[in-house]
Amino acid sequence: MTIVDNGVNVKALLDAREVLKDAAEAAQFTWRATSKWQKGVHSTTTIQNFFGLGQEQSHKAEAVFDADHPEVFAAEDNGITPIEYLLVGLASCLTAGVASVAQNRGIQLRSVESTVEGNHDIRGILGVDGDVRNGFNNIKVTFTIDADASQQEIEALVAQSQKRSAVFDALTNPTDVTVEVA
Amino acid sequence: MLERGEVANSWRRERWDSLRLLTPNWQTRLPGQRYDGPDPDGYQTMGEVTAFLDAYATASGAPVRTGTNVTSLRRADGGYVATTSNGRIHCRTVVIASGACNQPTVPPFAEAVPKTVTRLTPFDYRGPAQLPDGGVLVVGASATGVQLAAELRRAGRPVILSVGEHVRLPRTYRGRDVLWWMDASGLWDQRYDEVDDLARARRLPSPQLVGTPERTTLDLNALAAMGVELVGRLAAVRDGRALFSGGLRNVFSLADLKLRRLLDTFDEWAAGRDIDVDPPERFAPTAAAETARLQLDLHSSEVRTVLWATGFRPDYRWLDVPVIDAKGRLTHDGGVVDSPGLYALGLPLLRRRKSTFIHGIEDDARDVIDHLARHLAAPR
Repeated sequence: MTIVDNGVNVKALLDAREVLKDAAEAAQFTWRATSKWQKGVHSTTTIQNFFGLGQEQSHKAEAVFDADHPEVFAAEDNGITPIEYLLVGLASCLTAGVASVAQNRGIQLRSVESTVEGNHDIRGILGVDGDVRNGFNNIKVTFTIDADASQQEIEALVAQSQKRSAVFDALTNPTDVTVEVA
Repeated sequence: MLERGEVANSWRRERWDSLRLLTPNWQTRLPGQRYDGPDPDGYQTMGEVTAFLDAYATASGAPVRTGTNVTSLRRADGGYVATTSNGRIHCRTVVIASGACNQPTVPPFAEAVPKTVTRLTPFDYRGPAQLPDGGVLVVGASATGVQLAAELRRAGRPVILSVGEHVRLPRTYRGRDVLWWMDASGLWDQRYDEVDDLARARRLPSPQLVGTPERTTLDLNALAAMGVELVGRLAAVRDGRALFSGGLRNVFSLADLKLRRLLDTFDEWAAGRDIDVDPPERFAPTAAAETARLQLDLHSSEVRTVLWATGFRPDYRWLDVPVIDAKGRLTHDGGVVDSPGLYALGLPLLRRRKSTFIHGIEDDARDVIDHLARHLAAPR
């Protein structure tokens, strides 16, 4: 029997699922980012610490993300636009899901690639037309997957990864957002 | 045997007028009693179901005490004491057979629906004429939701159907009722201790089926063809607006993939067997509209009624024995409740996938009553 290894520790995930069944408290995580304005529409956002499993946690290293607007928006393009970060989040979340589900189902992956396109009518953010929304009108993700599995099994991987995706949920369902001044 | 109302009470009083059983007549059977009428492939109306159960109660001589509502059950010396509307009963063992559908479930944000909109559950609903004129938002696409959406659309109502995860089934497959396949292939006999994720399997929504003389399939493609507008799962009601999930395509995919796997299972089972069935078929994927709306203004008069087809739950408020989990579900192992002498029957996948179907109770009842008899025989 060949050993399927996609590098996902599924046993740890399944164990966590068992443990957290009766420990809702420990399952409460808070993810945090701090952001600082640089100049123009350029900002840097830093992420290192988060809370979970009942205590403060930390990534191995601090990560810094530059966000800016492109030159066609008359900006300096010091980083990707904020709305593109949503694409980063969606693609990486679904990809992680595909790998995890594949591992759990005993499917060896050879390559998983995806393209994510978010269609955006910028008349919304410019206030040109009040009927146009600020955010994406729609998003399309296309996966190309090479794996030891049938087309149907691959489609099922992708469907299941959406079903268990934090970012897919955050984008497709409303979230209560509070923004205040300290 | 205590019955709060009459025999077949919930079938008489808690179902809509047009409802028919999902199981074909030949499959609707109880020990020693089966359908012997002219239409074995048909589906019984509520009147026929109540007559069927009435006949069984009479033929079996079951000691039914009707009009006896249990208001409390608690442990007492060596057994239990039930407080009822007709006095107290002491007993050594109890079988809870009050069912899984005692109360309609509505989402927590149901209260946020504007009061100008009529809100109904399937327990309140009898037929289209009872609703105010105008459009209807049906929330939920299990058997109840798809049946009510179709009935309202046929009555000329504009209907929007909010669809979350669902179970798609054709009414017939390869010339046989799909429930024949469930039965014959052995799938319905799959036991609770063989199922991968039992908690999830027990929460599975009822399949998109309807019993009609024409044996028609009532999946989402059929509803869309009738002019029912499909929208995503209702995620919230905020400022008088219903907000629907943008994940509709994925719930379509999940259901289509599960259906294909199920049909593959049937085909594998049928291969090489000498059975009279048509060639394998595959059904068109659920078609997604170019765009599905994400919001609905409930203050506009587009929709005058919201119908919550969002499931049912059991009512254990009378059960004063600590065997209910944080989610309000009875804790049991195949109907053996974690309190000596206490048992359950007729819950989803109690011991087998067929547990909640009329013919499915027989095997479960034998197993549970075996355990009960051993309990009674054991020295105290």
